[in-house]
Amino acid sequence: MSPDTHAAALPAASSGLKQPYHLVDPSPWPIIGALAGGLTVLGIVFEAHYHSWLLLILGLLGVLGVMFFWWRDVLKESHTPGLHSPVVRLGLRYGMMFFITSEVMFFVAFFWAFFNFALFPEHVAGAKEMIWPPEGIHTFAPFHIPFLNTMILLLSGTTVTWAHHSLIENDRKGLVTGLLLTVLLGLSFTGFQALEYSHAPFHFGGTIYPSVFFLATGFHGFHVIVGTLFLIVCFLRASSGEFTPERHFGFEAAAWYWHFVDVVWLFLFVCIYWWGASPVSAG
Amino acid sequence: MASATTHDHAHGEHHGHYPGFAARWLFSTNHKDIGTLYLIFAAVASLIGGGLSMIMRAQLMYPGQHIVENGQIWNTIVTAHGLIMIFFVVMPALIGGFGNWFVPLMIGAPDMAFPRLNNISFWLLVPALALVCTGLLMGESGSGWTLYPPLSNAMYEPGPGMDFTLFALHLAGISSLLGAINFITTIFNMRAPGMTLHKMPLFVWGMLVTAFLLLLSIPVLAGAITMLITDRNFGTTFFDPQGGGDPVLFQHLFWFFGHPEVYIMILPAFGIISHIVSTFSRKPVFGYLGMAYAMVAIGVVGFVVWAHHMFVSGMDVDTRAYFMAATLVIAVPTGVKIFSWIATMWGGAIEMTVPMLWAVGFIFVFTIGGVTGVVLANAGIDQIVHNTYYVIAHFHYVLSLGAVFGIFAGIYYWIGKMTGRPFPEFWARVHFWMFFVGVNLTFFPMHFLGLAGMPRRYPDYPEAFAGWNYVSSIGAYIAGLSALVFFYVMFRTFTSKERLGENYWGEGATTLEWTVSSPPPFHTYEELPLIR
Repeated sequence: MSPDTHAAALPAASSGLKQPYHLVDPSPWPIIGALAGGLTVLGIVFEAHYHSWLLLILGLLGVLGVMFFWWRDVLKESHTPGLHSPVVRLGLRYGMMFFITSEVMFFVAFFWAFFNFALFPEHVAGAKEMIWPPEGIHTFAPFHIPFLNTMILLLSGTTVTWAHHSLIENDRKGLVTGLLLTVLLGLSFTGFQALEYSHAPFHFGGTIYPSVFFLATGFHGFHVIVGTLFLIVCFLRASSGEFTPERHFGFEAAAWYWHFVDVVWLFLFVCIYWWGASPVSAG
Repeated sequence: MASATTHDHAHGEHHGHYPGFAARWLFSTNHKDIGTLYLIFAAVASLIGGGLSMIMRAQLMYPGQHIVENGQIWNTIVTAHGLIMIFFVVMPALIGGFGNWFVPLMIGAPDMAFPRLNNISFWLLVPALALVCTGLLMGESGSGWTLYPPLSNAMYEPGPGMDFTLFALHLAGISSLLGAINFITTIFNMRAPGMTLHKMPLFVWGMLVTAFLLLLSIPVLAGAITMLITDRNFGTTFFDPQGGGDPVLFQHLFWFFGHPEVYIMILPAFGIISHIVSTFSRKPVFGYLGMAYAMVAIGVVGFVVWAHHMFVSGMDVDTRAYFMAATLVIAVPTGVKIFSWIATMWGGAIEMTVPMLWAVGFIFVFTIGGVTGVVLANAGIDQIVHNTYYVIAHFHYVLSLGAVFGIFAGIYYWIGKMTGRPFPEFWARVHFWMFFVGVNLTFFPMHFLGLAGMPRRYPDYPEAFAGWNYVSSIGAYIAGLSALVFFYVMFRTFTSKERLGENYWGEGATTLEWTVSSPPPFHTYEELPLIR
């Protein structure tokens, strides 16, 4: 095949380069993780239909255990010279980037639902008008706790960047302090969100507003918790001196994830809390 | 786990270091072994999904049959058949099986980017299939594969069987998503020196576009299913008009996933067909770049046409006009592909080998399915034939014939590479002709039935439809019998004493997998190949 046809032709020679990738050893975690995942979803169905928590708890323990051991192996491998070569680390970056892309699309589904109902309100049983938010719903005052939470997350975005810059400058103390502040801000966000939920003037289920509100903000809240745990792991690793100015993919991934969670919140705040607020709010 | 890695793969070509049985097949981190697991899984699932179609055709052979006693069981069978064929046969075979085997081999990479992630992608399918089968056996998941509420909500499907089916899709979705991340990273990050994107084999292009479609569409399905599950079990009202919800929202979310999904199933097959047509015409693919970017265009436009599945859902006429026009646009890049395959054959030294038979068969059946697709894209015509057997005929021509022909073409093209053994030529030809005649006999009459007004998803029909249904069932039995021939072909292949060389198709086969031995060593490309 001639080269001008653009199709890959048989290589005439070997490049002489040894392959630089990480060929992972066989591992028991994927199959155990998959079965634990199956047990978890079985557990949710059993809880919903037969009020039995047993399978769900077993499944979740299995999933969490697999996550722990799997990532422990990854960290061990990252400490083994020659496994996480530069090209492998680039691959990890690609992987995290595309994982976050898929997470964005997950939230698209919930925003799609929100705009579907906010722009084209449906009739709610018993109501006189088709409006958004539906009759009788008093939403949270956007510039009360939600705005405080917005400020907290934006501030945490700056502290995590502070940590990042300190890391690049090889300033261990700045890194640890920046991470600690980010974790504390993340925890306070979750605390305020819990406080807000406990004062909600509408209850989960029954009608459309709480359905959209709680699932959208709830999945975001879950992602905040995951991001906080990720940052805590980075904090512990930073404290034991694991990151270097040249190699700190774990930290970068946590920071990317945290910014993603932050951006989703900005959309939630602007669209659902602020633009979608009722004329009279619940204070 | 890490310490033993570096010296494991320092061995030469033919005496690769194989791990023990459990480590090799249960804990695998090898793209070829995981690909093999996927292919075996797809074969097993196809027996279930195909068995269900045999039951359906037996029931529909004559009016008034009593093989399936009630409509709920019928609906459950229809649902399971669709879900199993899509998520557990076509996707695992094309993406998991051939994708795993040949993407690394074709780009000159020693394995996938994330070998452990690769294995969980496979194993998640096992509990997922078990859950779908549970829903089937309980007879409680009769919503159709589209899962529309209210058919799938707690009022019409109160039992846990529906939830099992929904959660099965969550697991299969996670599997596909992780697989997609793995493929994109592998293709972007691990191409051999000199292999620019514009020199990449078309199968790899197909897999790249497929992986992007999965990455962007599967999470939206996950969101929709999550809302459905909370509606069913935890009191939300996303799709329940009583609480201000909207069932049509589910249709939008589902088809935003569902339409890219049909390209997810066909794009890898496009890639396989391109290689086979080129190999057995002894010519490079006509318009290589056009072929690659036609797939990209199909993928991009595929994201903005979803509501053509919803022409009768009450959308306003302007929306329908847009979705009709956008859908018709897809015929352009698809036409580029069909004509380029024909142009590749034009003036070539064509050799009608078994894979070439399947490839030409693919072009034939896919063109028929594509043409009826253009008919269905017209919102006005779709009002009339919506939910009739015309639609069934259309999507079986592109998928059950198109994608499945792609799978068989790939098997016959690469089985020698994967096993190092030749298939029995005669019986492989018998398999092709039985399958080709069988499926065409099954699905072509469905066009007539649909135009005559026979609705889908009913276990019975008026006498007027009896003739073509009888023909259709006869065709299905022939196709069913051809499966036995296929398994005999596989048995003969695996027990063959003959051995094949590196490139048993000769000079037409020019991609990198033909430079390694058949079967390839456990680890390929210890030293990276150079593409010029």
